[in-house]
Amino acid sequence: MTGRVEGKVAFVTGAARGQGRSHAVRLAEEGADIIAVDLCGPVPGLQYSHATEEDLQETVRQVEALDRRIVARKADVRDRAAMKAAIDEGIAELGHLDIVVGNAGICILAPWDEVTPEVWDETISTNLTGIWNTVQLTAPHLIEAGGGSIILTSSAAGLKGLPFLTPYVASKFGVTGLTKAFAHELAKHNIRVNSLHPTGVDTPMGEMAGEYPRLLAGNERLAGMLTNSLPIDVTEPRDQSNAVLFLASDESRYITAMAMTVDAGNTQY
Amino acid sequence: MGRLDGKVAFITGAARGQGRSHALRMAEEGADIIAVDVARQLPTVEYAMSTPDDLAETVRQVEALDRRIVAREADVRDYPALKSALDDGVAELGRLDIVSANAGIFSQGRADELSDESWDEMIGVNLTGVWHTAKAAIPHLKAAGGGSIILTSSTAGIKGFENFAHYVSAKHGVVGLMRTLALELAPDMIRVNSVHPTSVDTPMIQNEMLYALFAPDLEPAERTRERLAERFQAMNALPVPWVEPVDISNAVLWLASDESRYVTGVMLPVDAGATTK
Repeated sequence: MTGRVEGKVAFVTGAARGQGRSHAVRLAEEGADIIAVDLCGPVPGLQYSHATEEDLQETVRQVEALDRRIVARKADVRDRAAMKAAIDEGIAELGHLDIVVGNAGICILAPWDEVTPEVWDETISTNLTGIWNTVQLTAPHLIEAGGGSIILTSSAAGLKGLPFLTPYVASKFGVTGLTKAFAHELAKHNIRVNSLHPTGVDTPMGEMAGEYPRLLAGNERLAGMLTNSLPIDVTEPRDQSNAVLFLASDESRYITAMAMTVDAGNTQY
Repeated sequence: MGRLDGKVAFITGAARGQGRSHALRMAEEGADIIAVDVARQLPTVEYAMSTPDDLAETVRQVEALDRRIVAREADVRDYPALKSALDDGVAELGRLDIVSANAGIFSQGRADELSDESWDEMIGVNLTGVWHTAKAAIPHLKAAGGGSIILTSSTAGIKGFENFAHYVSAKHGVVGLMRTLALELAPDMIRVNSVHPTSVDTPMIQNEMLYALFAPDLEPAERTRERLAERFQAMNALPVPWVEPVDISNAVLWLASDESRYVTGVMLPVDAGATTK
């Protein structure tokens, strides 16, 4: 049976583990070759363990085990030269580009008055400027391919002002807006641009959940904002990847400028 | 292996157009089908509506895929008839997992000129009919331990349009119904989402009445499919005039499948970017 993205090439940022690895593997299962990048290094102030080069190698192993090709590079989404090199090398080897998944992101929990300028800059530059870099550097290749699909990972926090995440919320609302603006400018090239809005996902980023009891002490009324309406606490990376796959495939060929929530109802609650 | 193997889907307005396409796409992926359609003309609708032959053709095409189908003529405004059709289907096919509330009509007229009959028929079919469909299905979905309900709204459920206030009102109403059902049914693992098509290449848009609405400046003889394509395209961001029924079906299929098991309360536009313009 033909895969749902057979013959396509997908560029995935933040692909060393978590949602990014899951996206790469799910797209590969359905026939895509992969260009993967990840920072693979420490981020100041991070409250969970960072991805490593070994993690990225494990993504390579899992994609190759599916008999798909993968070009993986260590690159920071903020470093345009490194990003451009990774994209160019990937396309030189795999031939073209059809799908872009702007997934790389960081999250640092802090009440508003404890956010440092460094945390603000780190979050905005990675989560928002990194997405802008990703789209601006890849779109010319999609135009050359005659069209394509770009999926940008925002968050439930890109639609709703979740507490203790001011820089993260600002960056993710930015991604929601950037998605719609790019969708219009790129529409004439038959390029679709949609955003993905996960609720909590069971990944290493979740290691920081231990911070919440401290933050919610004295802010109990805000706890309800974190609640999913479906009776589950967390989604699996594959749930997010199934949405990415749908948006990446031709099954959604006329869906663009959409904010796709995979949030167990969180933003509607 | 199909993406809906072992599931049963209830589809209203299944005689032709999007509804038939949903039935076939879901059957291709392994679902059995319970299909209803009014299959007759309604008084305020100016284009030719579906017929019993159309519904029989849907049955033939689903059976050609080696899936089972129970088809009944029923008006979604007639709750006892709708419930009885669904209950018969569940009795025969064993369960219910998916609901596609697709039945809808279109008519036109400026808000100050619409007749009460036209307003009532529109709200009755396109809004009350959707509520009836969900109401009849909910006990069966609960019995199955969960499920997915997909309500067909429209780009006209997201933004206003001139010349069909009753349609816009009904389709906006569907969004409110979707959001409320999503909350009420979440504890039972029943997901509720809406799809919002832009123009779809079906008899509902490819007819003289709609052509006149979109191109009043052209002589009737000039109102060709090609000329109208330019008018339809102007509404979309992507360079296409309309989408195909299968494009809506692919979205319905995704929402119906377990691939979207944690997606609820979503308005899914299949609109070539029309609503963000």
